[in-house]
Amino acid sequence: MIHESNLLSLLIFLPVLGAAIIGLAPRNDGWSRWIALAFTLLVFVVSLPLWFSFDTASHEMQFVTRVSWIPAFNINYAVGVDGISVLLVLLTTLITPLCVLCSWKAIDTRVKEYMMALLVMEAALIGVFVSLDLFLFFVFWEAELIPMFLIIGVWGGQRRVYAALKFFLYTMTGSLPMLVAILALYYTGGETFDIRELSKGAYSATFQFWVFWAFFLAFAIKVPMFPFHTWLPDAHVEAPTAGSVMLASVMLKLGTYGFLRFSLPMAPDASHAFAPIILALSLIAIIWGSYMALVQTDLKKLVAYSSVGHMGFVTLGIFVFNSQGIEGAILQMVNHGITTGALFLCVGIIYERTHSRLILDCSGLRMTVPIYVTLLAIFSFASFGLPGTNSFVGEFLVLVGTFKSNLLAGAISIGGVVLTVAYMLWMLQRIVWGEHSREEGVVVADLNGREIATLVPLLVLVFWIGFNPEPFLDRIRASVKHVVSEMSSVRGVNNIEGHNDVVHPPLPDRRAQHAVVNTAAADRAPADSCRAPPCQISNWDRKQTL
Amino acid sequence: MNFAISNLLPVLPEVFVLTMACVILIADLLIRQSGRMATYLLVQLTLLGCSLIIVGTHENGVVYAFHDMVVDDLMSDVLKLLTCLALSMMLVYSRQYLTARDLFTGEFMVLVLFALLGMMVMISANHFLTLYLGLELLSLSLYTIVALQRDSSVAIEASMKYFVLGALASSLLLYGMSMLYGATGALQLSVVSQAIQSGAADKNLLVFGLVFMVSGLAFKLGVVPFHMWVPDVYQGAPTAITMLIGSAPKLAAFAFAARILAEGLQPLVQHWSGMLIILAIASMALGNISAIAQTNLKRMFAYSTITHMGFLLLGLLSGNTEGYGASMFYVVVYALMSLGAFGMIMLLSRADGFEADTLNDFKGLSRRSPWLAFLMLLLMFSMAGVPPTVGFYAKFSVLNAVVQAGHIWLAVVAVLFSLIGAFYYLRIVKLMYFDAPESHAAITFEQDTVLLMSANGLGVLLLGLLPSKLMSVCAVAVQQSLLLH
Repeated sequence: MIHESNLLSLLIFLPVLGAAIIGLAPRNDGWSRWIALAFTLLVFVVSLPLWFSFDTASHEMQFVTRVSWIPAFNINYAVGVDGISVLLVLLTTLITPLCVLCSWKAIDTRVKEYMMALLVMEAALIGVFVSLDLFLFFVFWEAELIPMFLIIGVWGGQRRVYAALKFFLYTMTGSLPMLVAILALYYTGGETFDIRELSKGAYSATFQFWVFWAFFLAFAIKVPMFPFHTWLPDAHVEAPTAGSVMLASVMLKLGTYGFLRFSLPMAPDASHAFAPIILALSLIAIIWGSYMALVQTDLKKLVAYSSVGHMGFVTLGIFVFNSQGIEGAILQMVNHGITTGALFLCVGIIYERTHSRLILDCSGLRMTVPIYVTLLAIFSFASFGLPGTNSFVGEFLVLVGTFKSNLLAGAISIGGVVLTVAYMLWMLQRIVWGEHSREEGVVVADLNGREIATLVPLLVLVFWIGFNPEPFLDRIRASVKHVVSEMSSVRGVNNIEGHNDVVHPPLPDRRAQHAVVNTAAADRAPADSCRAPPCQISNWDRKQTL
Repeated sequence: MNFAISNLLPVLPEVFVLTMACVILIADLLIRQSGRMATYLLVQLTLLGCSLIIVGTHENGVVYAFHDMVVDDLMSDVLKLLTCLALSMMLVYSRQYLTARDLFTGEFMVLVLFALLGMMVMISANHFLTLYLGLELLSLSLYTIVALQRDSSVAIEASMKYFVLGALASSLLLYGMSMLYGATGALQLSVVSQAIQSGAADKNLLVFGLVFMVSGLAFKLGVVPFHMWVPDVYQGAPTAITMLIGSAPKLAAFAFAARILAEGLQPLVQHWSGMLIILAIASMALGNISAIAQTNLKRMFAYSTITHMGFLLLGLLSGNTEGYGASMFYVVVYALMSLGAFGMIMLLSRADGFEADTLNDFKGLSRRSPWLAFLMLLLMFSMAGVPPTVGFYAKFSVLNAVVQAGHIWLAVVAVLFSLIGAFYYLRIVKLMYFDAPESHAAITFEQDTVLLMSANGLGVLLLGLLPSKLMSVCAVAVQQSLLLH
């Protein structure tokens, strides 16, 4: 049995080992595929304890490992998961074997390099989610770019070079200011990169302002939020199927994960102050993304723009700062990974057969491919949140959270939901029942066993989360509660939560800390003395007193 | 002072190199061109012997010799060792290339040893005159080496430019030194520093002297606006020689700058750090933007060198130990990457005189040789500063020092220019991986070259995964050497 504390390190290093083995093995496409599949499945199996032995009652980091890495700068190799990251790690380990499977036939040139890139990317993505050290986080955040850049650029479509460069430079633009912000945090927060330590610190308003916007740029580009989304359709359209799936299912989540992990805890005042801007951008993304999806003739572009809209829901949920919103946002991150990943897989499957992604060329599939059409329909329904599917739960929670805090934002986002239904159904109508556009005699084969095996795990999850979301929400809840309580203690008043959770965890009073930090910024008082004594008052009482 | 052989211990490596250079100069006369391998091996042995002597004569603390003209400390030992290593790598990389172009001659190798001697003197200097002596020995050797390819007009032109501008820079330096001498009455670094600190020196004269010194330094480092010679020399010289200019001498140049600024002129730090800010920003701006427009790889790397030297200045100008340590780490990493990049150009160049020095020559390299392409990819990402390669840590530690010194805006500027820089490194990766090859000629190479290339490329990755050892060596070296005075 693997020791708990080594589990996350195994998840990071196993794929790298797999890549090395593929690299050293003779050039044989079959071997490369099988080794890659074996390792990604192994990683998935190894990651299962994260689901079974995760302590749902705690918001603390679990499965923690900590080894000194660069002592000169107090940098540690520190990894761990909490409720925010645990499902995302599992999502990554689940999606990667599916990506290997969907590339089985689709990739026939330089298979060896392709599989290596895929494995290295998995390692880096898991690394981003589990890093407890800001520096380590940044290393993984950047490292994950290299394999993705190659996957788009080498195995992509017509305009792959343009898309790959655009993807890389866009992301770099966001991450370099973040590097400076990380350095600034290091010095302001007491010469440490420890995320948990830095999250406890209280910083002056001006400092939070700069940190918030530096992080915002990096995360907003990654999500992508309007108006930073223009790289996404290009990258999605040009990337091979597995690239699109990884990008949509996992990589976009890095941005929203970053908001939750860094922006909210480290710059709480700034997050509150600028929440209206973020909400506005999220609403624009929802409406704009859906409108753009409506007019696309290219299937991949349609799904890409739908991602912009769906991720708008996630940022919306995060920045309403209540537990429903954030729980919904995290669940929606997972849901989007499942449904959009599945939709990209479906598009890839049809592309392999018709060599076109235009809706016009794929239309009228009707009864020729019944299994495919059934699955496509289910995933489309899941995408616009039909009750009984996973997205319904997530979107519903986000909407509840939004209505609680901001009626107008809620009303506008409902409009986005309607649009989502519209473009998804319209797309389905054309693909399934549209005019038959293929020449006579061209037979489109239905799904084979491998393709069904690729889609079934996602299908199961769609209904599992749809009908029984509790095990998933259960794992998220404690951490979300912690984030919300930290945030509300900053804001104090105007807390809409309250009534149902009466006994609050200890409430640190950040406002009071600011005075301490501002006067003695250079010599920061130890974190403990900054914290107000635990006070067991309900939010209702707080409202009265304030 | 009585003469004792033990007084020579701190300079024993230099003595050894000088002796060996003279021996090889004579011995080479007796060796025919076909037996040039013997000379080559002798030079490699000299480098090895020199390294062993450096390690063997290492003493804790700081040791002075020749009436405090030279100093032997941890920083000088580390830098000298790395210089020997860099030169040795350079010779391995360039053997095949030089042989094919009739440049694999005894003169070349002897001049390399004299250049090494110059660098070692620069690294160990504790006196303005010693500094100047070392610099001139290095420069004169390099001028000559650039001109070795007598029938190439480009090389001669490059050599001429290098010589004329280099001589100008040397005179600026000398002029600055003489002013500082006039103001302080001393040439020895620590005495100069004390004289300035005492406040007795004429402030105007000091600042004028400083301006000349910094200009001279900027010339030698090749930072904007004193960078004109860099692209021409890099492009004009045969690639092996470009590699020689672009790797080891940068280590010596760092020591040179650190000794003058951080030791001799430390009391004037607020004056020179302002000057360095301007030089650094101008270098990063011009270097990065001009590099984008280049189609010749050597010229592109010349502009990238300008940028890297600008980054080096960023570390120096923060004026604290962390900054000097970061600069030293940066320059070591830069030398490693630069060796690899030029080594790759030479690997791809062919015996019939074909030079793989344009961007198009790298097209589709991943199809012709996946392994070489992968190594080049690592080197390019490292130069661009993308983790987990070591180039990132070099940039990180410099930015760290800059932020610590309170210049957050400067860090932001540096970061933005790095972003522009990422584009042209990325373009090489793009050419290697995304484009179809223009030529399908087989790549022929010697085993040792490829082994070294692999070590070099993987080293960039390994140092990136475990950077802490080299970082702390640099930090400790600087701490022990520069602050004790």
